[in-house]
Amino acid sequence: MIEYLTSREFLILMAKMVAIFGGVMTALAYTTLLERRVMAFVQMRPGPNRVGPFGLLQPLADGLKFLLKEQVVPTNANVLLYYAAPIVSLIPALLSFSVIPFGPDLKMTDISVSLLFIFAITSLGVYGIVLGGWSSNSKYPLMGAMRASAQMLSYELSLTLSVVGVLMIAHTLSLQQLVVSQQGTWFGFIPRWNIFLQPIAFVVYVVSAVAETNRLPFDLAESEQELVAGWHTEYSGMKFAMFFLAEYANMVTVSSLATILFLGGWNGPMFGPWWLQMALPTVWFVSKVFCFIFAYIMIRATVPRIRYDQLMQFGWKVLLPLALANILITSLVVALS
Amino acid sequence: MIQILFFFFAALAVGAAINVLAQKHVLYSSLSLIVMLTAVSALFVLLQAEFLAVINVIVYAGAIMVLFVFVIMLLNLPVDEDGADRLRWLKFIGIPLGIFLLFMVGSTVWNLGVAPVASQMNGTPEAIGRSLFTDYLLPFELTSLLILIALMGAVVFAKKEL
Repeated sequence: MIEYLTSREFLILMAKMVAIFGGVMTALAYTTLLERRVMAFVQMRPGPNRVGPFGLLQPLADGLKFLLKEQVVPTNANVLLYYAAPIVSLIPALLSFSVIPFGPDLKMTDISVSLLFIFAITSLGVYGIVLGGWSSNSKYPLMGAMRASAQMLSYELSLTLSVVGVLMIAHTLSLQQLVVSQQGTWFGFIPRWNIFLQPIAFVVYVVSAVAETNRLPFDLAESEQELVAGWHTEYSGMKFAMFFLAEYANMVTVSSLATILFLGGWNGPMFGPWWLQMALPTVWFVSKVFCFIFAYIMIRATVPRIRYDQLMQFGWKVLLPLALANILITSLVVALS
Repeated sequence: MIQILFFFFAALAVGAAINVLAQKHVLYSSLSLIVMLTAVSALFVLLQAEFLAVINVIVYAGAIMVLFVFVIMLLNLPVDEDGADRLRWLKFIGIPLGIFLLFMVGSTVWNLGVAPVASQMNGTPEAIGRSLFTDYLLPFELTSLLILIALMGAVVFAKKEL
């Protein structure tokens, strides 16, 4: 046991863990700033630009504010579940980063079913929302929690089914091997990314992912105009921050999955000296994920929220049949070729 | 190390399973059931059956139990204080039957000896899919038919006019 704790592999694993966790947490903090700034520019206002140069220290100030805020617990709240809900929400959201390959070597572990592992872990995240809404013992959070659970159940189906086509082509459930299977090019210039083979699956995945993370135009669970703030209405301070972090972590997870499944993961042109070659895959991965996050923010800034019945109809009557048809066509082509 | 993990998760699973029955509030019962399912998944991982573990979490903890919790919240049931009284006579049948079940399962497990580790061959999605569509094709299709019928029944019950 002690030998293992001082061995080289263990130290490397620890270093990777610190690098990935630190990197992800910093990225999450700055995604909040990015969102506020980009939204502000779209709406022709400056946004938060006072703390530090270009407002770059704003996430630190926010974190400090969350820590120092008064802890308010509503009367008649179910205290145990009220405190547990943010934790239940945040832990699954962060756990999924343990299997995401950020580069050829920059990953903590790769189990053979890592894709399903992420789906399993993120499907547990809904309990944080549900318990948060229920334990507050207040009507708006309860409404928000019920909407969230129905919505996430419905869209999880099409999200999972949209991936099946890719799996049939790649013959693997491991994220690392999914990335490796997309190396190389067609005709020398088109990268072998799955988005060109599975365009319908890509669209279904992205739309379901937006709904799955409760973002506009599908943020019925917290729609400010009707439900104050939905399931986290009664939360403040650090507990609210944990919900907030979990939402952003889920955004990064689904974007990373989209990158790995459809855009070739860390694949990209390689050039330059060895130290640049080491860093380039991670750079490609991060910039692809960044494109998704940016698209997320632009969608939030430009698209209005849809109605609840439209949301359900769209999920069950458009996305699900599309995903199923995609599976049918893909399996036919795979079987014939 | 694996033994420590096994006893931890086994104790967690048994404790949560007892808690499902002991809790008065139905929401706490279902939350305990989720803990139990997750602990059982951890036991599957210790047997190197990762696929089974993950599917167990996705289907039961992640989908079916969400529906349970959703319905409990939707109905907002009051805490059932005297519901057990109506079923009092069932205790006298239940306890011997429970002991009988425990005895049967216990003797089977005892005779099995050490639990076999799911080898790389049997635990993979390919191997499970292959055996589902060859050796166990009929039970598999019958199960899906059963679920389809249950689904149609639910629709008939829910919709007054079709």
